[in-house]
Amino acid sequence: MSYTPIIGLEIHVELKTQSKMFCGCKNDPFHAPKPNIYTCPVCLGMPGGLPVPNKKAIEWTIMLGLALNCKINMVSKFDRKHYFYPDLSKGYQISQYDQPLCLGGVLSLPEGDVRIHRVHLEEDTGKLQHTTIDGKEVTLIDFNRSGVPLIEIVTEPDIRSGEHAKSFLKKLHQIIRYLDISDADMEKGSMRLEPNISVKQSEDEGLPPYKIEVKNINSFNFVKKAIEYEVARHISIFESGATPKQETRGWNEDAGQTFSQRSKEHAEDYRYFPDPDIPPLHFTEQYIESLRENLPELPDEKARRFKEAYQLSDQLIDMLIASRQIAQYFEDAVKEGRNHNLAPTTIANWIINKKVDIHAVSATDLLHQIVQATTVIHVSDDEMQQAIHDVILDHEKAVQDYKAGKKPALMFLFGQVMKKLHGKGDKKIIYDRLERSLS
Amino acid sequence: MTLHRLTLTKAIELIKSKEVSVQEVHGEVHAFIREKNPTLNVYLSIDEHSSEKGNPETDLAGVPIAIKDNFLTVGLPTTASSRVLEGFYSPYESTVTKRIKDAGGVVIGKTNLDAWAHGSSTETSDFGTTRNPDNPDYSPGGSSGGSAAAVSADMCIAAIGSETAGSIRIPACWCGCVGLKPTYGRVSRAGVIAMGSSLDCPGPMTKTVEDAAILLRYMAGKDLYDATSSNRKAPDYRSSLQKGVKGMRIGIIYMDHLHMPQEVKEVVINAGKLFASHGAIVDEIKLSQTLEKDKVLSPDYAVAVYTIVQRSEVASNLARYDGIRYGRDRSHFGNEAKRRIMLGTFTLSKGYADKYYIKAQQVRMLYKKNFDQLFSSYDLLISTPSPGYALKVGASEGNPMFGEVVDMLNEPSSLAGNPAISIPCYRDSKTNLSLGLAIIGDHFEEEKVLQAAYLYERETPWNRWIHKVDKI
Repeated sequence: MSYTPIIGLEIHVELKTQSKMFCGCKNDPFHAPKPNIYTCPVCLGMPGGLPVPNKKAIEWTIMLGLALNCKINMVSKFDRKHYFYPDLSKGYQISQYDQPLCLGGVLSLPEGDVRIHRVHLEEDTGKLQHTTIDGKEVTLIDFNRSGVPLIEIVTEPDIRSGEHAKSFLKKLHQIIRYLDISDADMEKGSMRLEPNISVKQSEDEGLPPYKIEVKNINSFNFVKKAIEYEVARHISIFESGATPKQETRGWNEDAGQTFSQRSKEHAEDYRYFPDPDIPPLHFTEQYIESLRENLPELPDEKARRFKEAYQLSDQLIDMLIASRQIAQYFEDAVKEGRNHNLAPTTIANWIINKKVDIHAVSATDLLHQIVQATTVIHVSDDEMQQAIHDVILDHEKAVQDYKAGKKPALMFLFGQVMKKLHGKGDKKIIYDRLERSLS
Repeated sequence: MTLHRLTLTKAIELIKSKEVSVQEVHGEVHAFIREKNPTLNVYLSIDEHSSEKGNPETDLAGVPIAIKDNFLTVGLPTTASSRVLEGFYSPYESTVTKRIKDAGGVVIGKTNLDAWAHGSSTETSDFGTTRNPDNPDYSPGGSSGGSAAAVSADMCIAAIGSETAGSIRIPACWCGCVGLKPTYGRVSRAGVIAMGSSLDCPGPMTKTVEDAAILLRYMAGKDLYDATSSNRKAPDYRSSLQKGVKGMRIGIIYMDHLHMPQEVKEVVINAGKLFASHGAIVDEIKLSQTLEKDKVLSPDYAVAVYTIVQRSEVASNLARYDGIRYGRDRSHFGNEAKRRIMLGTFTLSKGYADKYYIKAQQVRMLYKKNFDQLFSSYDLLISTPSPGYALKVGASEGNPMFGEVVDMLNEPSSLAGNPAISIPCYRDSKTNLSLGLAIIGDHFEEEKVLQAAYLYERETPWNRWIHKVDKI
């Protein structure tokens, strides 16, 4: 019997717009000094509050769709998704049902392409906090996050392993950061990951008759581990002659295991219908094209260009394009480096190997460092010999220490010689000369 | 003293010319409210200090205005006539009441309605039924029954109501005053407790057509807090009132409906004759059971279409009243709200939404197409909002579809989002009860609707204020 893991991902990403999705409240739930301060009648679900959609959030969702090679729906709309939960202020979430902003994209990966089923825009919920006050167990609700714009990305079940999922997620994360539309910070929960996992037996036709959803995982590694754990678990269930039961599970990192949360045998009925408070969205080709033109250069494109323009190794390119900022820093340095006859490879290696802090060291300073470190200014033999001589005379104690076997004293003396020569001369030659003079 | 009988137009005029003071007007209205409210049950809350808030130097000159209790107002409680919200004080003001206040109107009190505006009689109110001031054995209609009664009984100078399908027109008709349901999107819904969100329209309920034109001007216009509000600029409706109907094409509709009483038919047809005598081209448009060119689609289907759309939206809109953030929990909902939540939940359920909600929306589009087609050749359509006089108090008992049947003639224009007015067109001397004339316009053509209504009001004896009270 052979088994094939069938994995899809659902990813939620909070957009970092200035204001919330449907009201003017500040969108900054993670830095709010107090609960329930970024709220208004709309995001609190007060009587009479009406949603007014955030144009920027719609634009950013379309841009992500374009970056993921999706088709953009020229007519889209928002729908109400009904369910009861105390952190859902209106008793329904404004989401998108059958006309999401983006449909049918693809992301290419070395492990295999992953098709994107859809990308849609919705609102986040508030946050529950279970605590004890005056000895009583209570649940408090913070609505600072209520109504924050939230993108949902759903893939087709094209992922075949934990590593494949991780690779997809890293790439997606990189694209989101390139677009600069979200902090996509998993620790804080501005990017949330939910793999849907099942295992196909070799004789199965089509998709397996069940799937396990693992909820709210907050790291790519945990997704990988949870998938690997689940796949092994499903196979052992099949081996025992049973079928895994459809359910929602959680991930316990300490135990390295998933655990059952709730069974999901019946599909929930969310009673979707078009939100009558929000007119349908009609886009023009021209508008979509203008958004496409505004897309930044994306990682794949950048990698191709870097390879062509700078003849760098794939590994080096990967590291340079990890973020737009590093890539930009590199290119700024290369541009300026031409005046110093510095090759792109030299600069790239320096940035990566020295782990340069691009926020602390300007590109100009960086070049200066490289030039200093790699350029040899000629110094005459006499001048060198004179400097060594002077240093030996001036630092008798260090000389004695060295002769007594204290090796670090040599470095000190070398430093003093270099200082006298103002950094001129070939370090290797000076070092050898000094060592010989002391022996 | 009779200052409470003043129309809005006259009250503003007299206050501006300093013939009377804001305090005098408020004083007399308050005195009359104290006298009448115990028997009529019009107001749920009253601002005893309203006169202090009136500024004569404003457009609306500080006149007292009654507000249906589903508009959120700062300073007075807002309940939607439901125990769920009993004692609820809103932290913010509805756009409509804010605009009225900014224009110098003063909210004198909040008026009774069917709980959550669910009904056509005020009988589903958790705070008792309002009585028809013209004959207290009869219902004022609903859901804006309190506002209509306040106007009709002179317990305010003017009022604001809201309509989903008939909730302004029916009570205005039954109480013998003027009620205008504007085009959907003409007036902001922000801060109005939502009933059927794709249908809800706030509108003026007044003593005269001119009063309605004055209020609408301040109520209408784009609101950044309501994405469905229109960008079109709101005109000064009052300035075009006297243009008349010369050259207009007016169609009479629903007269061949099975349940149209002869008496009502006569007054509507006579209204047509009056318009014709003032230069309009008037003819009768036949009913059709299917969508046909130059015929009006039967309102019979509208009952089902409207019921499904509205209940679906109601079930969704009432989901927020969970008692967690404000108000009381769900056990305080009355029977009518519970019935609507159950039906609306059903019509949106998986496997049923296609059969009910989606089907209803498709038929709704037919009504819209029908009106669009008719308005390509007609300027106005006339009919009646109610095929008869007010019904007796208690008529709705044991009849959960009462409202929908009463509202039937208003549902097509509500579903299509068209503006319409109801003005008095007959008064029975024995019962003291009125019939109403409906004038329906194309989208955003409130001006034409008001012009025709204004002419009718001036040329017939049925408005009880303009022909008498104006001469105070």
